[in-house]
Amino acid sequence: MDLQKIIAKPGKGAKSGKGVEELDVVGKSVLRVDGWEKIKGAAKYTDDLEFGPGLLYAAVVESPLAHAKIKSIDVSKAEKLPGVVKVVTGRSFTHKFGLYMTDRYVFATDTVRFVGEQVAAVVATDPKTALRGAALVAVEYEELTPVFDPVKALDKKSPLVHPDLKSYRHVPWFFPQPGTNIAHWRKTRKGDLAKGFKEADLVMEDTYCVPRYAHCAIEPHSVIGLYDDSGRLTMWTASQSPFTQRNVFAQALEPFGISHKDVRVISTYIGGGFGGKAGVSMEIIGAALAMSVPGRPIKVLWSRAQEFYNTYQRQGVTAKVKMGVKKDGRITALDFKLYWDAGAYVEYGANVVNAAGLSASGPYRVDNLSIDSMCIYTNLPPGGPYRGFGYSEFLFGLESHITRMAEKLGVDSVAFRKRNAIREGDTLPYGAHMNPNGIREAIEKVEKEIKWGVKERSKDPKKAIGKSLVCFWKSPAMPPNASSSAFLKFNEDASINILVSGMEIGQGLLTVMAQIASEVLSVPVAKIRVETPDTDRNPYEWQTVGSHVTWGCGNAVKRAAIEAREKIFGLVQRVHCLDKSTLYLEDEKVKCRTRPEFELRLRDFVINGIQADDHTFKGGPIMGTGMFMPEFASAISDPETGQGGHPNVHYTTGSAGIILEVDRETGKMKIKKAVLAVDCGKAINPDLVRGQIVGGLLQGFATVLYEDMRFNEKGRLLNPNFSDYKIPTVMDMPEKVVPIIIEVAQPDGPYGARGVGEHTMIPAAPLIANAVADAVGVRIQSMPVTKEKVALAMLNRRKSQVRGRR
Amino acid sequence: MKLHNIQFKLNGEKVSLTVEPSDVLLDVLRGKLGIKSPKVGCDRGDCGTCTVLMNGKTIRSCLALAVEADGSEIVTLEGANTRKWTQRLQKKFHEKNAFQCGFCAPGIILSATELLEKDPRPTKHDIKEAIAGNLCRCTGYEPIVEAIEEAAREK
Repeated sequence: MDLQKIIAKPGKGAKSGKGVEELDVVGKSVLRVDGWEKIKGAAKYTDDLEFGPGLLYAAVVESPLAHAKIKSIDVSKAEKLPGVVKVVTGRSFTHKFGLYMTDRYVFATDTVRFVGEQVAAVVATDPKTALRGAALVAVEYEELTPVFDPVKALDKKSPLVHPDLKSYRHVPWFFPQPGTNIAHWRKTRKGDLAKGFKEADLVMEDTYCVPRYAHCAIEPHSVIGLYDDSGRLTMWTASQSPFTQRNVFAQALEPFGISHKDVRVISTYIGGGFGGKAGVSMEIIGAALAMSVPGRPIKVLWSRAQEFYNTYQRQGVTAKVKMGVKKDGRITALDFKLYWDAGAYVEYGANVVNAAGLSASGPYRVDNLSIDSMCIYTNLPPGGPYRGFGYSEFLFGLESHITRMAEKLGVDSVAFRKRNAIREGDTLPYGAHMNPNGIREAIEKVEKEIKWGVKERSKDPKKAIGKSLVCFWKSPAMPPNASSSAFLKFNEDASINILVSGMEIGQGLLTVMAQIASEVLSVPVAKIRVETPDTDRNPYEWQTVGSHVTWGCGNAVKRAAIEAREKIFGLVQRVHCLDKSTLYLEDEKVKCRTRPEFELRLRDFVINGIQADDHTFKGGPIMGTGMFMPEFASAISDPETGQGGHPNVHYTTGSAGIILEVDRETGKMKIKKAVLAVDCGKAINPDLVRGQIVGGLLQGFATVLYEDMRFNEKGRLLNPNFSDYKIPTVMDMPEKVVPIIIEVAQPDGPYGARGVGEHTMIPAAPLIANAVADAVGVRIQSMPVTKEKVALAMLNRRKSQVRGRR
Repeated sequence: MKLHNIQFKLNGEKVSLTVEPSDVLLDVLRGKLGIKSPKVGCDRGDCGTCTVLMNGKTIRSCLALAVEADGSEIVTLEGANTRKWTQRLQKKFHEKNAFQCGFCAPGIILSATELLEKDPRPTKHDIKEAIAGNLCRCTGYEPIVEAIEEAAREK
């Protein structure tokens, strides 16, 4: 290799940092490493694991009431049923638990707080017997007045869902208001709001409503628990967060003297998560039952109906937006009040409320701002994390409102957005500064793609075509010390096993981690195996949520790979007397910049060492470890203003556009074209990023066009199935989806990457609402924006026009 | 309760077992016969993850009783893996990044196999019709439809 060639390929393999980094694997759409396993039907999900004939099954006894005192539970009939092994109630588990706030019990003890809540469980030798046994448990209730509406729940006369709120432990960044139904109140204040409104040429105020939604991962939650005779608890769970689950299990079972080291959580592939499998919901039942019947594995498999009403739901929100703008479109003030219907337990959901309360300005610079994000207990199923983590919900109101204000001012709504779009270095609502981002590039690309400003007409006079463009942002909502770690080990043939506890939830994590290690170590992706987690063997990962694992876990894997590489170079330096700084890796070999004839195959020494001149061996198995924690983050701030901390590590931004056809009579909508541009910093695998865009957008469109949770006046969910709660089929695909990748590097991301998983769903609702308004002139302020609502709004408008003429 | 002895061909092999009259085919395949590619998703025929071929036609095995399988020929993805069209589809599905979590994959591949075995030149609408009973929450369907189109095109 001549010197010219070396200069032309600086840092090749070794990535010495000279000049622009040249990448071999990162940035390429390599095929998924988990592809064949899934496509062949060989991939195992939790419910596919075999436990032999000793496996027991559980069924739960559920509350038929939304709010009631439990007067008595009679289990005697159930216990007598042949095949029933044990009936377990809350009497054995009086210890509260929760992720961010300890407000949950394993089973309702003295009070039930939503329809479907678990009151007891029956363990039996087969699923049918367990169900029959559960039907024989007699529970006597004394009904209490329930509360379902978050705004009504604020009334002083409203019943309290948690009268003991004062005694609940919680993270230091929550501010519960004991004696009320407010579990957490995030206040963010910046600038001078009154001055901002005074400066404004136009002030407009309105309310927008977002109902609850269900994740609808196709795989239901399932768990198998085994408390063996040696005193260890093993949990096989369909989970996005095995380590967080381990921590919560240990916390909930503290009275039993369980230590973290004795709890083992094993997660196989999961059939979709979307946040629904992030914390501990029904899995706690599996843990409690395992403790109750030692020595036998017990399975709890949720039905589709239970999946709807007793896991986490996306919380509903009533959002009051008041905004002030100058004639030229500059936002001078924003007063945003978000009243969240957080449900019966908020141990995870309160952090969704917190996240929205820090970021509800959207990706805009707003100098004078007030956000009140209130987490309100209601007697509906527990709210929790769902792809978007509060941002989809506030964005519906915010982006609807912005378009309306721009129209009222006579300013082009895209120009309005460009004028206010946040820039690197701008002060965020809580005082820290904005990271580098490509939001303007995103807006421009989307604008071009939908031919913004060009009015289109349908050939069919019954149909109108509308367009809209909105912006979005989102930050991972993590505790400031959420960390990731990785362990990488070489095998004899220089293949690699990587252990991480980031979960493969379909996003392609395993592939991306393999690509990062491959890039550093010059070992092809095909020779790298990354497995799903087992908390006994894989190192710590906080959770696979918040679109943070490519960034956090990716950093950990990169560091592990670099550590292994440094060990390799150190060994070669020691044995071959070559200067470490001249070494690099290429094609699974160690090479030297100053001695082109030198090369050493990795497979010749990564396990057994290098033989020295005296025939002894130096070195040994090459391993690398890596960890990553955002050491600059802090969640402590002034409770009255939210100022002073650095709660969010960075924001991913972007823009989306749509061309929508609306039937003027029926309200039926057809997405002619949907475009989404997201700044992911660096697309480590562009095809996987495009997959997130196309899939996330449709999941988002479904929340606007089809999905709608209906509760009756008693708080019972009326449509807990796919016939009545419609998620899209292939027939509901948009005609065309254009994914656009923007790459403005994240300085602390692996190869500049930041997350992208949730963002693709966030802009969907205001996109549709604004495009409907553009097409047919009716404004829908409550989701979903169904064809019925659009048709009725058009009909009402016609009626009022006729009345007006009379 | 009267138990039933049933016999059928499962992925080319004869099986014979005793079932209760209320036993569901999906549960018997998964629980008694170790066949795990058909999944439990909704238990009421809405989602299609339990799709299997019965006498060459796709059925929702969560809606079929085990006794209905008596005398029939059942093929699951484990058995279809050697079929020509299934393999062509799988290659394209992999190339197109057509699945994410993979939970719906066995059902969709069987539905697409049934289509292409019957009609190797389907229209886009035919493809959509064929998989309209299989829900996927991850991909937005686009890469799935494209993969089936390409599998049909590249003979």
